[in-house]
Amino acid sequence: MTSIADHPPVAVRRPLFRRRSAIPGFGLTLGVTLAILSTVVLIPLFAVALKAGQQSPAEFLADAFSQRALAAYRLSFGAAFIAAAVNALFGLITAWALVRYEFPFKGLVNAIIDLPFALPTAVAGIALASLYAENGWVGALVKPLGWKIAYTPLGVVVALAFIGLPFVVRTVEPVLRDLSADVEEAAASLGANRLQTLTRVILPALMPAWLTGFALAFARGIGEYGSVIFIAGNMPYKSEIAPLLIIIELEEYKYAGAAAIAVTMLGASFLMLFVINLIQAWARRRG
Amino acid sequence: MSQRPANADSALVQGVVLAVMAAFLGLVLILPMATVFYEALRKGWAPALEAIQNPDAISAIKLTLITAAITVPFNAVFGVCAAWAVAKHEFPGKSFLITLIDLPFSVSPVVAGLIYVLIFGAQGWFGEWLIDHDIKIIFALPGIALATIFVTFPFVARELIPLMQEQGVDEEEAAVSLGASGLRTFWSVTAPNIRWGLLYGVLLCNARAMGEFGAVSVVSGHIRGLTNTMPLHVEILYNEYDFVGAFSVAALLCGLAIVTLALKTLLEILQPQTRRPGH
Amino acid sequence: MTISIQSVAKSFGRFPALNGVSLEIADGELLALLGPSGSGKTTLLRAIAGLEFPESGQILFDGQDMTQVSAADRRVGFVFQQYALFRHMSVARNIAFGLEVRKGADRPSKAAIQARVEELLKLVELDGLGGRYPSQLSGGQRQRVALARALAVDPSVLLLDEPFGALDATVRKSLRKELRRIHDATGVTTIFVTHDQEEALELADRVAILNLGVIQQVGTPSEVHDAPANAFVCGFVGEANRLEGEVRGGRFRSGDIELASPGVADGAATAFIRPHELTRAAAGAGAFALTVERITPQGPVLHVEGRTADGRRLEAAFARAGGLGFQPGDQVQVAVERAHIFSA
Repeated sequence: MTSIADHPPVAVRRPLFRRRSAIPGFGLTLGVTLAILSTVVLIPLFAVALKAGQQSPAEFLADAFSQRALAAYRLSFGAAFIAAAVNALFGLITAWALVRYEFPFKGLVNAIIDLPFALPTAVAGIALASLYAENGWVGALVKPLGWKIAYTPLGVVVALAFIGLPFVVRTVEPVLRDLSADVEEAAASLGANRLQTLTRVILPALMPAWLTGFALAFARGIGEYGSVIFIAGNMPYKSEIAPLLIIIELEEYKYAGAAAIAVTMLGASFLMLFVINLIQAWARRRG
Repeated sequence: MSQRPANADSALVQGVVLAVMAAFLGLVLILPMATVFYEALRKGWAPALEAIQNPDAISAIKLTLITAAITVPFNAVFGVCAAWAVAKHEFPGKSFLITLIDLPFSVSPVVAGLIYVLIFGAQGWFGEWLIDHDIKIIFALPGIALATIFVTFPFVARELIPLMQEQGVDEEEAAVSLGASGLRTFWSVTAPNIRWGLLYGVLLCNARAMGEFGAVSVVSGHIRGLTNTMPLHVEILYNEYDFVGAFSVAALLCGLAIVTLALKTLLEILQPQTRRPGH
Repeated sequence: MTISIQSVAKSFGRFPALNGVSLEIADGELLALLGPSGSGKTTLLRAIAGLEFPESGQILFDGQDMTQVSAADRRVGFVFQQYALFRHMSVARNIAFGLEVRKGADRPSKAAIQARVEELLKLVELDGLGGRYPSQLSGGQRQRVALARALAVDPSVLLLDEPFGALDATVRKSLRKELRRIHDATGVTTIFVTHDQEEALELADRVAILNLGVIQQVGTPSEVHDAPANAFVCGFVGEANRLEGEVRGGRFRSGDIELASPGVADGAATAFIRPHELTRAAAGAGAFALTVERITPQGPVLHVEGRTADGRRLEAAFARAGGLGFQPGDQVQVAVERAHIFSA
């Protein structure tokens, strides 16, 4: 027997997949996770891509980018973008008030911000439609100004503003809370006035969270259906959103057409997911 | 010079900010909610109560409850499994897996419904086989449950993963080193630490499951008394210009949302880490 | 119980944490694993506990191969650096946990568990605090609970990861004595990890010094302090002045300073001189001048910092008794009484 002390340093064998962990249950839980994830999410998503792929490229393009589909994308993406921008502005203001100020019913306001997460979209849809219709409380108010909100693209923006509101508030709020007062005091002590402090110190620090909130609201708005269809008017080429077009194709048994539009929208969703991940990676790098 | 601290806003700025916030929240959140109850009770209590006691409404309520009863436990079990694998172990591809789990949040609900139609519908992959064996998935409860599972898929997992990562593995390692089995470690050590977070995820999952419209609308077939959930029932009544009926059922769902928000606020007090952006 | 660690290797990604470590630990011994952060000491401790699994090598308990046995079946007591107390359980439930999770006939009766908890609370001097929750305890008290919890299972070996790392200086000192007392009372083989050489030397029967995943030296505190095996150990254990120089023909030279270096090969070398091994001397052979810059009293000695004629800083410790008779700015003659010289 050789003396153990004389052993040369052992070449380290790298494990193929993972090192054994002291905490049990890894194989079982990961197996269950992957099995469910695959059957519920991944394989079905793959099915829609396959269905769209059964067509010739020309057919696919004709379905996915018909004039009517293009008008629908323009509305879905355009309205989602404007609504996300509206939310970015008012969401920031709301987050600012929630973090910095004391005011009556603050707890209630804080709780109600998440209403769009909790309220079924169809309920929001019919409520917004009757509120902003010409005979509704708000619709009647703006009618003398010549404005029409419900059953126009503007109505779509209103519905998406409802849906996206919590995203901006809830992403900006924690960052604003963590932004320590000394940073602002330091800026002030260096001679910055309040506006300079805001634009040069606070907003840059909030930027990643703000952009993330905007992107989340935008991504949610692109695919939103329930809250929109009641207020949109659903006129082809004018106020018809892309998800509705999928349903119409389905009702006409045009499965390939529905799949083509769905794949286009999925592509947009994945792109947004990628952008959001990029923003968050950027935010992490900035510490 | 003012005596305010460097990071405080003037009363004027505060007033303007609060007024803008109140106006925006009023227009977008509060007035719509008030509208629901106003329209429901427009003709008094009797028609409203009648609308929610209508047999079709009752069967819609039942179907919604059954769907939630299938969906929520399923996603809770999935969420706990995924969080245990992801948060308590190291392995390559972990962040990619988390992205995949989050994926359903970025898919339009309508697309979520469509994918199941393409697989289980009459023209789908398994369409003929299902017809031959007289199994109904699309336009029936299984399809509704599947579509709902898809749209609520990440809720519990994404609540638990960051929470369990934050809590680390020390307590679990301590339990294992004291001789506890895996299951015992989970029940005695992990579960008490995550219970409020789990409940929080379950709560949000439930709210979405009961309220899901787009995905369910695609797979349900809108068969009254059979495959109509509450949100679909609201749609049908609304499209038939039965506004009192539509808003009465909507008011019930609105009540559910209010209860959800109240419980959510309570849970955020019990487990402050649960407050996270982006559901 | 004896523990035998044989050529254990373990890496994290590309970073080798343990690079073929072998170590024998005797029954009832109190051993310190000492090293800087990243030296692999915690990984080694966790490998003994079954919280990490080596990629190669073996770990034997009383001659029995435990390398692949799970932590749950090793019956070790592990005290975590941050204690890892179960936050939702009372102190008593924490301590009882290891007994309550046993199955069937192995599990003691309720009364026996309670008696054991009481006994352990007394041992760690926390009588009457069984009903408290971890959040209601001070750092030192939590550490005692962690110790009692680890001891409750009658562990074959007690393992402690930086047991005093999270405590302030005074509590550290008293808990150190406490650990020694408890070790002597229970007689359980104990291994603790520390980066604090003073703690290791004061507390342990033997010290194993690790660096870069390799054991540099194993020995009693006085062995590693007085007869360091290599330059790393010499620099890490105890304070030392470090002089870079050259050895030729058994003599080490560094500027004006020349020292005997029997047995050291010719070439570049490093000499370590402990402050107390630098003594005042009469001018003459072997002595050199030190210009005093700063004098700090440290207990029975005065700590003197000064510079040699060629500008190098040296630290010395002179006995305080009788006074010094010099002040900062003065020049004193000093000689090296003893040095540790290693080839570079």
